[in-house]
Amino acid sequence: MTAIALPALPPTRGYWSAVGRRLLQDKVTVACGIVLLAIILAAIFAPYLGLADPYRGSIIRRLRPIGTPGYLLGTDEQGRDMLARLVYGGRLSLFIGLLPVFNAFVIGTLLGVTAGFVGGRLNAAIMRTIDVFYAFPSVLLAIAISGALGAGVLNSVVSLTIVFVPPIARVAESVTTQVRNLDFVDAARASGAGPITIIRVHILNNVLGPIFVYATSLISVSMILAAGLSFLGLGTKPPEPEWGLMLNTLRTAIYVQPWIAALPGTMIFIVSICFNLMSDGLRSAMDVRR
Amino acid sequence: MLVYLIRRLLYVVPIALAVSVVCFSLVHIAPGDPLVSILPPDASQALVEQMKKSYGFDRPIPVQFAIWLGKIAQGDLGTSIATSRPVLQEITKAVGNTLMLAFAATLIGFTLGCFFGFVAGYFRDTLVDRIAVTVSILGVSVPHYWLGMVLVICFSVLLPWLPPTGAGPGSSAAWVWDWEHVKYLILPAVTMSVIPMGIVTRTVRALVGDILSQEFVDALRAKGLTDWGVFQHVVKNAAPTALAVMGLQLGYLLGGSILIETVFSWPGTGFLLNAAIFQRDLPLLQGTILVLAMFFVVLNLLVDTVQTAIDPRIRRG
Repeated sequence: MTAIALPALPPTRGYWSAVGRRLLQDKVTVACGIVLLAIILAAIFAPYLGLADPYRGSIIRRLRPIGTPGYLLGTDEQGRDMLARLVYGGRLSLFIGLLPVFNAFVIGTLLGVTAGFVGGRLNAAIMRTIDVFYAFPSVLLAIAISGALGAGVLNSVVSLTIVFVPPIARVAESVTTQVRNLDFVDAARASGAGPITIIRVHILNNVLGPIFVYATSLISVSMILAAGLSFLGLGTKPPEPEWGLMLNTLRTAIYVQPWIAALPGTMIFIVSICFNLMSDGLRSAMDVRR
Repeated sequence: MLVYLIRRLLYVVPIALAVSVVCFSLVHIAPGDPLVSILPPDASQALVEQMKKSYGFDRPIPVQFAIWLGKIAQGDLGTSIATSRPVLQEITKAVGNTLMLAFAATLIGFTLGCFFGFVAGYFRDTLVDRIAVTVSILGVSVPHYWLGMVLVICFSVLLPWLPPTGAGPGSSAAWVWDWEHVKYLILPAVTMSVIPMGIVTRTVRALVGDILSQEFVDALRAKGLTDWGVFQHVVKNAAPTALAVMGLQLGYLLGGSILIETVFSWPGTGFLLNAAIFQRDLPLLQGTILVLAMFFVVLNLLVDTVQTAIDPRIRRG
């Protein structure tokens, strides 16, 4: 008896490696990714970059213009180094912008997949509750909750999470309902798979991609709103460096050093546009029809 | 149509009720006592109880809700804790100012958005298209409160053309449609218009591209219709969706005006919300949010109705 040698299979090129390859070919996405990575890494490793102390001000060195020797991007209204504050500011700004979307991704997926998979009354209960939050414009809802809870980083993360759960849950519910009715789910059920196995293997594997892409498209709004809440005084408290708050405290300086006053907003703008373009790139890379 | 309208109207009732529940609970998710801002820190227990009683905070929560809802139905939104004036009176003028700003912004955003969207949709994959797409991405990605500051820097600080803040010369004068007043509206309205502009550009571009690729357009051309004639058909087909998007954007602007109103010290609802939040004036906060949310609910209803009325393809039963 000689075993029949099976011909070696070609290495399987999975869907995700194809997506990764297409992403790397997209120049805009790669460029945005590099910019974001640089900002994130700079924020994480800020203490090791040899920057000035972002908290130490100086009465005699207030509002130095951009390009002053020793102060590459000038100083703020309390004489603190702008470059250091912008780099350190990335820590809180990115944290309070990204965390709500991550939270909402987890909670919204949980709610949406449950509603879509179970269907019936539970679906109606979850989805009608979510409809209520659609009756509020998102900025108003964020400010209502933040305003009632009071200022604070935690409160602003909670309020933005509440703002982003409903749209993510809606997307999750709609893709789950589509997938649930496909033949392979029936086949799995017929071959004895329990509901947990079906959700884990057959549903989640197929719905997480689209939900994730949708969630990434919300990051830019979340960054703008999180910084906006701080700008209103509802998020971070001084003297913490955070882009939205810095923009607010520098408002008084627009007649003295207008471009320094605009700098923190430029950071929010750059991060927001990079996340938007990367999300667009990810969506078209994951579109199988192309 | 009539059946649809009645059903759509009935659907508003539970939503409006749920919205008022959310607004009502705002006071109860707030930490601390809602009366803390008006009571002296050393207030006696008896005084606290008396104040609670006069504001109705001593009753069970469902009863409080029922009483609150009943008063709202009669147009009584409660009394502002900070100013002791009726909330409704405080809100009315502010709503007018916000509406004016939001209408102006929607008008600018819709006009520019339609223009860019049509041009981009007609000239797909050309330089013009790429510029329009870039503008729309910039429009939806820009932190508008920062854009407001940049515009103030450019047109009030560096070039002293327009006033940086306020809504008209003097402090209390009523609004008049003359240049002295309108120039206060320009910067906030332009700032506010970038978001709807970006979204309308994106929508109209996709719509026009989609319509032009349909067979009936080829048929119209084959029939000998001029470019202008074809254009009219495209407009007709794109209008319902574009108008619906515009309506929703107006609603988002009404609710989201707080950041821009803060930058420009525009005396609208956002400004009122800001004051309510920092003075811990919860009845005012509650009332303003309720009024804005109800505006949004009614606007959604209007958008659906108008869309159904002007688009015979939508058959809603």
